[in-house]
Amino acid sequence: MPDLELVDVSRLQFAVTAMYHFLFVPLTLGLSWVLVIMESVYVMTGREIYRDMTRFWGLLFGINFVMGVTTGITLEFQFGTNWAYYSHYVGDVFGVPLAVEGLMAFILESTFVGLFFFGWDRLSRIQHLMVTSLVALGSNLSALWILIANGWMQNPVGAEFNFETMRMELSSFSAMFFNPVAQAKFVHTVAAGYVTACMFVLGISSYYLLRARDVGFALRSFAVASGFGLASALSVIVLGDESGYTTGETQKVKLAAIEAEWETQPAPASFTLFGFPNDKEQRTDHAIRIPWLLGLIATRSMTGEVPGIRELERDHLQRIERGIVAFGQLQKLRSGDKSQETRESFERSKADLGFGLLLKKYTAAVVDATPAQKQAAAADTIPKVAPLFWSFRLMVGLGMLLLFIFAASFFFLAIRNLASQRWLLRLALWSIPLPWLASELGWVVAEYGRQPWTISGVLPTVLSVSSIPVSHVYSSLGAFIVFYTALLLIEMYLMVKYIRLGPGSLGTGRYFGESARGLTAATGATPRPPRSADEGTR
Amino acid sequence: MIFDYETLKLIWWAFVGLVLIAFALTDGWDLGIGMLSPFLGKSDDERRVILRCIEPNWEGNQTWFIIAGGIVFAAWPLVYAASFSGLYFALLLILFALFFRPVGFKYRNKLANPAWRRAWDRGLFVGGFVPPLIFGIAFGNLLLGVPFHFDGDLRVFYTGSFWSLLNPFALLAGIVSVSMLAMHGAAYLQLRLDGVLQARAAKTAGIAGMVVLVAMAVAGIWIATSIEGYRITAMPDPNAMANPLAKTVVKAPGAWLDNYARYPWMLCAPIAVFAGTLGVYVMSRARRPVSTLIASGLAVAGVILTAGFSMFPFVMPSSSDPGSSLTVWDSVSSHRTLQLMFWVSVFLLPLIALYTSWVYYKLRGTINLETIRRDY
Repeated sequence: MPDLELVDVSRLQFAVTAMYHFLFVPLTLGLSWVLVIMESVYVMTGREIYRDMTRFWGLLFGINFVMGVTTGITLEFQFGTNWAYYSHYVGDVFGVPLAVEGLMAFILESTFVGLFFFGWDRLSRIQHLMVTSLVALGSNLSALWILIANGWMQNPVGAEFNFETMRMELSSFSAMFFNPVAQAKFVHTVAAGYVTACMFVLGISSYYLLRARDVGFALRSFAVASGFGLASALSVIVLGDESGYTTGETQKVKLAAIEAEWETQPAPASFTLFGFPNDKEQRTDHAIRIPWLLGLIATRSMTGEVPGIRELERDHLQRIERGIVAFGQLQKLRSGDKSQETRESFERSKADLGFGLLLKKYTAAVVDATPAQKQAAAADTIPKVAPLFWSFRLMVGLGMLLLFIFAASFFFLAIRNLASQRWLLRLALWSIPLPWLASELGWVVAEYGRQPWTISGVLPTVLSVSSIPVSHVYSSLGAFIVFYTALLLIEMYLMVKYIRLGPGSLGTGRYFGESARGLTAATGATPRPPRSADEGTR
Repeated sequence: MIFDYETLKLIWWAFVGLVLIAFALTDGWDLGIGMLSPFLGKSDDERRVILRCIEPNWEGNQTWFIIAGGIVFAAWPLVYAASFSGLYFALLLILFALFFRPVGFKYRNKLANPAWRRAWDRGLFVGGFVPPLIFGIAFGNLLLGVPFHFDGDLRVFYTGSFWSLLNPFALLAGIVSVSMLAMHGAAYLQLRLDGVLQARAAKTAGIAGMVVLVAMAVAGIWIATSIEGYRITAMPDPNAMANPLAKTVVKAPGAWLDNYARYPWMLCAPIAVFAGTLGVYVMSRARRPVSTLIASGLAVAGVILTAGFSMFPFVMPSSSDPGSSLTVWDSVSSHRTLQLMFWVSVFLLPLIALYTSWVYYKLRGTINLETIRRDY
């Protein structure tokens, strides 16, 4: 039987390393396009302040980018080190988008990112803009393939179990690629990345405006961020709704848990705006409900029902019974009885094999499971409601707040009355961390809400781990936390330092604090004379 | 389907080899330069110039390692599962050492503080030295076989420890790997640098090449005389669905030389190692940087091909349960997945080669203090 402590520590390690990684990814996704926008203006107008903007925000992009690379390698290798049975069981399917990500996306962005920094003197303006665009394209394509892989974990379409090889095998690549969950997640995630980057640029520009330094530079950056940010924040919310809709179709448990929908309500179901979900007694205390709203969001109809937790649990108990049959037939097939009858019986029941595997947590001989064990396995199929309920609401609330900030910024900029709105500038500055918080909460909803599965309905988490001593995982987890935290502190130190220095750190001689001797000493950069717009851009 | 399953299995063995060679040829010089920079660069400025030779390119080069991981996951899922979980601490050591590189290159020059820069130089040394050492040790252990087996559900169990990986033959393989990448890094530096640094690099390349030559010769004699290789005595049709438990395997001294008797053309790989390392020695002394680098590349590719040819069709032999050994025939993905990934790779690999060459072309030229002054 699986070692549950090993499972928990392995999960914790994956969660920690993935959440660290996602501190850096959203900024890369979004800032790369911000750079493309700024550089496009430079190429079109030839005004060098836009090149300086591209270079300064690019400098901050670089400080962040390398951390994304550092923490990203871990994730690709962790499937093998800590989730070896998972790797065997679904590698035929899940490995494909991961490999394509490397071949199509990651190497594209990594090859061109160096030329972005070192190519200013070696490329024509158009060529350099193309390089910047390829970096943005590469990082966003990378997100596409990763989210196709992740979407498949949530909604495993286009694959079949093969009893001969004892694993899932790809049956339709296009089904996996056009998986509605993956597509909705992709657009939602990259748009969240754009919001993150825009909030970053907006907040830092506000800091310069509050201090009345580098005003022209800051205003232009602020304008790009508020425009792009407003569009992105709207997309995140609209596409988040799309994500909710596909969740309603394909991941009913997750939806019921997010909404603390214990019992199936008559259609259209009401939406619980607020309340205290009580997992023990399966009810929500002090609930404030909005009639009809959940039914409308989740089914987009007046008649569709949203199944509640108790109903889903009852369904799952039946699927567990069928899963036991499938498991029994699989054992026969594996031990050499490949008669037509056994095959057919297995084919009929194999859609529920995963539910049979849930019993492995309680008994090695799945076919002899007691009613109590089946009940326990059915109860396992419902993740804890309270963390999902709260994470989701906090995420949505943050999304609304960010939308307000972008809308207000855009409005006051448009009526040319920004400078006197010091409250808004302060709010923007202090809101810089919020998109990160919202993104991490989004991942909690998506991945914690997938439990007890690694592949929904197919492979339970407890079976997915590597058979390694738990002490191995404790030591690696400790090392990751220490190492990543140290690197994060260094990164934040450099970020803050260069944000304080501002565009003056480029050494063009045109910005705040440049005459000060301190800059050269601080960065080791050799001072250079001011350049004209066309110099060095042959 | 254009190719039958057996052919695709062979093609994927070749592709994995190709990607490993691409990794060793490109990121190989980055790793080599990382480990050499504290020794070749006597001052901060010198080290900065040395690192600047690869600073814009190393990131794309390292991606070959990520791609290797990805295609092994997609094409050989059992190898990915068994090797990464079995060699857990070895993999993590590589990983943690590699962590120093992205941040090291990017953050080193962001502050002028000498202690800060020295610290990152040490980190970059670790990031350049540890991964090749562990790669070499891991490959040495693959040649010896590692203790693992599968149960009936194809769950893998590794029964060795990290310390058992550090045996004499594997350490020799570690020396081959480290000296090989030091040679390759020095050869690349000889091409990109000028003056006294270039002379130092040339000297280093020649010495490292001789170390590779001697270490490979010793390893070859060791394999021919006393190391037990693995030999398949019975196996299902190579076109059958992958099942790593359906064959019988024996261990026998000298079995790793079987392929050279059967396919004499495979001898080109070890010959390339000897020709390449000798070429590096001669050409670096003659101050012919381009020829040195070509010879070095030949030797690097030769080392990897020698390991691959000797073990074929084995990828990861099991010392404790030879029947569980993973081979190119039975550790692979389904026919459909291999076919799909074949077309993806056939389309994308040349494209990558094309744009990578363009990037190198645009960043060409000798690197010295003047270059750094001109950099933004």
